[in-house]
Amino acid sequence: MGSLQLQSIRKAYGGHEVLKGIDLEVKDGEFVIFVGPSGCGKSTLLRTIAGLEDATSGSVQIDGVEVGHVAPAKRGIAMVFQSYALYPHLTVKDNMGLGLKQAGVPKPEIEEKVGKAAGMLSLEPYLARRPAELSGGQRQRVAIGRAIVREPKLFLFDEPLSNLDAALRVNTRLEIARLHRSLKATMIYVTHDQVEAMTLADKIVVLNGGRIEQVGSPMELYNRPANLFVAGFIGSPQMNFIDGERFGDSAKTVGIRPEHIGLSRDGGQWKAKVIHVEHLGADTIVYLESDEVGPLTVRLFGEHRYAADDVVHATPVIGGMHRFDAEGRVINSGR
Amino acid sequence: MSKARTSIARTGAVHVALIAYTLVALFPVFLTIANSFKNRNAIFREPLAIPTPESFSLIGYETVLKQGDFIGYFQNSVVVTVVSIALVLLFGAMAAFALSEYRFRGNTLMGLYLALGIMIPIRLGTVAILQGMVATNLVNTLTALILVYTAQGLPLAVFILSEFMRTVSDDLKNAGRVDGLSEYAIFFRLVLPLVRPAMATVAVFTMIPIWNDLWFPLILAPAETTKTVTLGSQIFIGQFVTNWNAVLSALSLAIFPVLVLYVIFSRQLIRGITAGAVK
Repeated sequence: MGSLQLQSIRKAYGGHEVLKGIDLEVKDGEFVIFVGPSGCGKSTLLRTIAGLEDATSGSVQIDGVEVGHVAPAKRGIAMVFQSYALYPHLTVKDNMGLGLKQAGVPKPEIEEKVGKAAGMLSLEPYLARRPAELSGGQRQRVAIGRAIVREPKLFLFDEPLSNLDAALRVNTRLEIARLHRSLKATMIYVTHDQVEAMTLADKIVVLNGGRIEQVGSPMELYNRPANLFVAGFIGSPQMNFIDGERFGDSAKTVGIRPEHIGLSRDGGQWKAKVIHVEHLGADTIVYLESDEVGPLTVRLFGEHRYAADDVVHATPVIGGMHRFDAEGRVINSGR
Repeated sequence: MSKARTSIARTGAVHVALIAYTLVALFPVFLTIANSFKNRNAIFREPLAIPTPESFSLIGYETVLKQGDFIGYFQNSVVVTVVSIALVLLFGAMAAFALSEYRFRGNTLMGLYLALGIMIPIRLGTVAILQGMVATNLVNTLTALILVYTAQGLPLAVFILSEFMRTVSDDLKNAGRVDGLSEYAIFFRLVLPLVRPAMATVAVFTMIPIWNDLWFPLILAPAETTKTVTLGSQIFIGQFVTNWNAVLSALSLAIFPVLVLYVIFSRQLIRGITAGAVK
């Protein structure tokens, strides 16, 4: 059990509105990710769900029960913080068991649950240690363990991987994905990293300026972005945006993903000069300047021997174009 | 410090400066203790000499222990100092927590108001304080001193501690809230242990002026049973004759309790358990 309904959530600090009416439905067992640039309100929204911030107006329901006036500890949630937020003076075991202890759970039961969670996260050797004696990855696993032990209806993650280095980030990401599969719990996860969002989510919520821009599965967002913001935010390198007028399209802006453009030395739709090439092994990123459509980024798979100042021809893949109107809304998606 | 960034000359200069400062700071203490072990003539003939077998005398200490209830004075000083520090730390930390943690109307104004006492000496209000103590029948009680010293120590405590409490991670407090800790539990079990070094600093700053104070004991609690050490030592200083042996011995004795308290608090200053809590 663990569904969540948000209805027209607004949050203002003084006169400054951070959340401008958020409606969202999260089904039991879903992995939902809030993604957006910094300051878009995603963390505030998560804190509002947790009860650490009060919404100025609107309703938060967990499992159909209004929790607007319920203390965080009574909402049936568990939260994992970016800075781990472990209790420095307690051992790993006590860190994980504190929530249950506060709730008055009998000791043997706490022991059992902590043991089980520690097993899942391979934390058994560290149970007697204090947070200061652990590495960053271990600390974050303890923080995740602390959340698991409470068997919450909702798991809330606030940028849990931001403080970890790149290799550890991938491992911990896999671990979270594995946990989601084995626990079948509802998880809400905040990140600014679109790779995390694409790889983990069942459903991504793209936020910008306190509003939801689009909700959908990762592939929906990639293939059918609803507007310019989502189109530009999802996908790396960023989608190319071309002024529609420059090649006689009725749309205000036309977007083409870098991987949906082919390059050839012999001939093609747009003649362009190579500005810079990045060789990544699996991919080659080519930056072009074309007289007809302006700057273009092209992503080619595998290795290619292009170099700066080469003259090439770029051709968009059929059906790879996204057309947007003057307000930035999609006109009809390419596919 | 890395070797690359230091030269012998610079290290030497730093050491000379620090040693010079240490000598200047320790000189009065040395003078007091050394002379307290000399007879009266030796004190005046050669004030800078250390005690020799000829000039050695315990007459000062004998006088101090015989005349007046010095053990009692010590007890009074210790009680007043320790209870005042405890109250200053408790109330100061609570006020600081409220100021740094909760957003409410007038938060900044309240912070300024509480810090105002740093700039205005409490002694300006002596007459009013005395009248108040008389009205509440607290004259000649240790309670009067404790109340005044608590009021005197609070502004600085609130000021320093609220700055430190702002540095305690919000995530940690929020994790406590999600785990069902009450606001009091968050304050006592999460925040206080983390600001312990700041508490020790405040304790040291609060302790010294209280221990050394002559003004309020003289005005509010001059009775024999409530005299503090500083006030008690004054009986040896007369208008015409001063018993220097006794004064110096009393002062030497008065140094030790402060030293002990200082050692206790400074250990706290060094020990930090924050490492690893938050990256």
